[in-house]
Amino acid sequence: MQPVLNQLYFSDRYNELLDSAGSSRPHWQAMIEQLQHEEPAVMRKRIEAVQRQIRDNGVTYNVYADTHGVQRPWDLDVLPLIIPQEEWQHIAASVAQRATLLNQILLDIYGPQQLLSSGQLPPGLIYGHNGFLTPCVGMSHDDDVALHSYAVDIARAPNGQWWVVSDRTQAPTGAGYALENRTIISSAFPELFRDLNIERLSGFFASMRDSLAHWGHRVAARQAAAVPGITPLGAGEPPLVVILTPGPYNETYHEQSFLAGYLGYPLVQGSDLTVRNGVVWLKTIAGLQPVHAIVRRIDDDYCDPLELNAESLLGVAGLTEVARCGHVLIANALGANLLQSGALLGFLPGLCQSLLGEDLRMPSVATWWCGEPTALAYVIANLDFLVIKPAYPQVQSSPIFGEDLNATQKETLIAKLRAQPDHYIAQERVDISHAPVLVSHHQPQLSSLAVSVRVYAFATPNGYAVMPGGLARVASGKDDRVVTMQRGGTSKDTWVLSSHSQAPFSLLRKTTSSKDLVRENTYLSSRMAENLFWYGRYCVRHLQKAIMLRATIRTLLDYSAEARAGEWPTMQGLCQWFALLPTGDDEEDEDVLWQPWSDDEIEPLLIKAVFAQQSSSLATSVQQLFQQAFNLRERISNDHWRTVNQLSRQFITRHPHPSLQDAMSQIELAINHFVTLTGFAMDWMTRDLGWRFMSLGRRIERLQFMCMLLSRALEMPQHSNLEWLLQVTNNLVTYRARYASQPEWLPVLDLLLTDAHNPNSIVFQIKGLVKYLQEMDAQDSAGGIATELNDCWQSLMALDPDQTFAPGNMTLAAWLDQTYTVTLHLSDRLSLRFFSYTSMHASSGY
Amino acid sequence: MRYQVEHQTKYQYDSPVSQSQQLLHMLPRETVYQHCLAHTLLCEPVPAEQSSRLDFLGNRNDYLTILAPHQTLLVISRFTVELQARPRFPALIQGPSWEQVRWMLRTQATQHLDATGFMYSTSKVKCSEPLATFARQSFTPDRPLLEAVMALTQHIYREFEFDPQATDVATPLDEVLRGKRGVCQDFAHLMIGALRSLGLACRYVSGYILTHPPAGQPRLVGADASHAWVSVYCPLNGWVDFDPTNNCMVQQEHITVAWGRDFNDVTPMRGVVLGGGKQHLKVSVTVTPLTTVAA
Repeated sequence: MQPVLNQLYFSDRYNELLDSAGSSRPHWQAMIEQLQHEEPAVMRKRIEAVQRQIRDNGVTYNVYADTHGVQRPWDLDVLPLIIPQEEWQHIAASVAQRATLLNQILLDIYGPQQLLSSGQLPPGLIYGHNGFLTPCVGMSHDDDVALHSYAVDIARAPNGQWWVVSDRTQAPTGAGYALENRTIISSAFPELFRDLNIERLSGFFASMRDSLAHWGHRVAARQAAAVPGITPLGAGEPPLVVILTPGPYNETYHEQSFLAGYLGYPLVQGSDLTVRNGVVWLKTIAGLQPVHAIVRRIDDDYCDPLELNAESLLGVAGLTEVARCGHVLIANALGANLLQSGALLGFLPGLCQSLLGEDLRMPSVATWWCGEPTALAYVIANLDFLVIKPAYPQVQSSPIFGEDLNATQKETLIAKLRAQPDHYIAQERVDISHAPVLVSHHQPQLSSLAVSVRVYAFATPNGYAVMPGGLARVASGKDDRVVTMQRGGTSKDTWVLSSHSQAPFSLLRKTTSSKDLVRENTYLSSRMAENLFWYGRYCVRHLQKAIMLRATIRTLLDYSAEARAGEWPTMQGLCQWFALLPTGDDEEDEDVLWQPWSDDEIEPLLIKAVFAQQSSSLATSVQQLFQQAFNLRERISNDHWRTVNQLSRQFITRHPHPSLQDAMSQIELAINHFVTLTGFAMDWMTRDLGWRFMSLGRRIERLQFMCMLLSRALEMPQHSNLEWLLQVTNNLVTYRARYASQPEWLPVLDLLLTDAHNPNSIVFQIKGLVKYLQEMDAQDSAGGIATELNDCWQSLMALDPDQTFAPGNMTLAAWLDQTYTVTLHLSDRLSLRFFSYTSMHASSGY
Repeated sequence: MRYQVEHQTKYQYDSPVSQSQQLLHMLPRETVYQHCLAHTLLCEPVPAEQSSRLDFLGNRNDYLTILAPHQTLLVISRFTVELQARPRFPALIQGPSWEQVRWMLRTQATQHLDATGFMYSTSKVKCSEPLATFARQSFTPDRPLLEAVMALTQHIYREFEFDPQATDVATPLDEVLRGKRGVCQDFAHLMIGALRSLGLACRYVSGYILTHPPAGQPRLVGADASHAWVSVYCPLNGWVDFDPTNNCMVQQEHITVAWGRDFNDVTPMRGVVLGGGKQHLKVSVTVTPLTTVAA
């Protein structure tokens, strides 16, 4: 490939790759050489590999506005942004300084407020910002750190200087994406990555984890001193740190679950936590566990419906008071959103002098807060060169470029500024630097796009650590004045060159000794246990449903109406039990006996049962399963997730006028995927406590279905065809291997009921359930969950097959009824004992 | 003057509540003109946890956590306060004009820091041009601040109808302005919105007012209600309270519980419950004047 470098150069911009003479800058040399000597085909492969890895890892970014698919694949350019070491040192020092400064400001405003009383900050800038949370005034923080996590968007001006565009202090996003970008891009250029000594990112995350552990131990000590029943943490014992997520619909949920996995913190929702005795507790199936630190990805005012925003359904009631007592660390502290304000930028140079006694190392893009009369006058006079932005996050407004406006629009804008000057800032329009981007249509091609970098800092007891890298983003297209992922920009890995070689180091492979080995995921939240339980149930239910449909359609196609007279009403009845067919019941006229559907009637109904967007159709079931799996995203493997994903996409495709054959192939497709999912559940998942709940769900569902199936089947005439019974229970192959004859009642019922080696038998389900339940009982004095089912098992074993294994047998029918009822109880009792914490809350006030 | 106040709140739930956390602004704060002599807070079921603190405005916050399953929650606050006479302003025409006050708040903020927290939009009270226009009918050029505020108080009293059916705690301000109906809370918010839209500082005061039974009839128990009014900042006189619902300046018949930027800062009782289903609320308030005992 021969990139035509000089075409990438625009004289009004700084170019990351090229100097003003049009030759590549020294720190890009190695990369350019690689590109120049590479065949286009190889390059295309690199691009494809990157895209495949994004898809495979399931890296997504949710867009709230997108009502169709919640998810959009993450967009990542193959070429990293390369930054030389010296330049990076300046950036890192500047970011650390800025974080230190902002933290000081935060402490002052929620503390002594000297910045207000001395007139260094105008009160309007604080009190006009909805992010100023009065309940947080007077809170104290360990080591005087309230801003634990900080991010800043920087961009390079035409003169080559880096400038700050905006600060992120609420709950900075993107560090996880940066880490994923790194994993993907470093494997796209493995040799280059090694030879260039790129600074590793894992050290940053390790220091983040160390800091949280350090402060978590302080919290734990205070908890133990204040609350009876809480024992102090041992020196080597890790404190419980959780990541508090708004849930799967949040735009960066993927990142949150990725970070949770990477850092080894449980990812929890507000309803997983509760406040008692001045402490936040995680509701786990092993009971309440005290939480020491919360990394919040929920906006601070939504964190506590009791004291902050009463309308929040995401938070934890009473959290503010716990934080006030110092019994939990919240990163960032409640109230930190206050700093996320463009209005503050203009005051920072002065505040840096007075609070830190230093010059601000990196300037902000020139910013005027219209709340100051002189600034407002300047802004109105110079509108053409300025960008108008909201001063506070609560003001909803996209950036407005003065140069885009005609005379009338300008007047409207000026009137808006005059009416509420406090709400707006104006920033100088900066032509930010261009970075090379590799676009691939047919031929990979270099092009040049505006770039900005988000840099991350995390507090440690000894000052701020800055991630040596960052999330670089390039503008999506024509309007390269705004760079944002929400508008569909592309991201880039950021490579900081280092002079020394990098030790291979990953957080996941730290210095673990054998005593640190973890065999059980200690904190299984009740919500996650419940999700796993229901996921297990639905996987089985939908598979059974699909198999039942297949058997019904086959019987319809393969046999004449006379030949299937015996079993046909029973099969229809079971389809009704699954709500695949309408019941045909007229509630007002109960005396009229239900008549099976005729062949002409049933054909369109069966097609609808597959495709229709009605409740309990196969199509709807698949979407339900997708939702269930989505709620478990961080617990299931990528392969597992991809199977669910593919299945869901198959059912989104429209079939204009589906035939019975179309229905059949759709069912086959669904069954294949469901069976694959079963495989993942059995072989691919760690058999921890969570797996056990999923298995309980699977077996209860299976047992319930088989009891219902057999009790209906026993009502069939003696000489009905039993092959379908073997089909829907997946026993046909076994039966044929054992008996070379048409299915008969006794051997069929033996195989389905009492063959303990047959995984498709009732006794197999019961045995497994009793084993799990007895293990649970053993760990809990309340116990007794296993008893009822164990009784069922004993009485099944006591049945005499010769006497009872026949159609119309009342003893067997009673046993099936009884066992069915026990499975219903069992589900209720599990809910009550393990999931009962997960009820919803409601707010009130008058 | 001495008063005893009893405020009963009863929540009834359709299904059991397994956990209830409540935050109360029900016991009175101390003010220059008001001293609390005695107070009790009763809760049924008995709370598993109870604590209190003063918030950063000096209001008393009480926290209750009830862990016993229940379908009825009863909270009774009972207290006795003594009120001192407030200064009267026989000559409201004295003092700085409202434009001067606005100018001082903007340009000499450091001298009026107590007031600057009460000048801006909140979630319940959003400043707007219609509210400013509404205010300007009373705030004519160069009018002394307190005279103009009294005029606004009268204006709201005359043009708006007291109607408990017309609004609830969630009714937005512009709807109150359009419909010209509401209760004390709406009128207080309306007045605050009007004043802040002009660039003035004022706060929301929550409390109780003594009501007068018709001549010859006894005082009915539980017939009163929570009340709300507005306190306006005047650099010369400090905070001066006006009651738009009753068209008066606050004297010795208003009992202050708490103040804040709007209702949300001082909600008498807000809470989060687990379970409960539909809830039914019953509130009764009795304000009884006590014979003043000579000290």
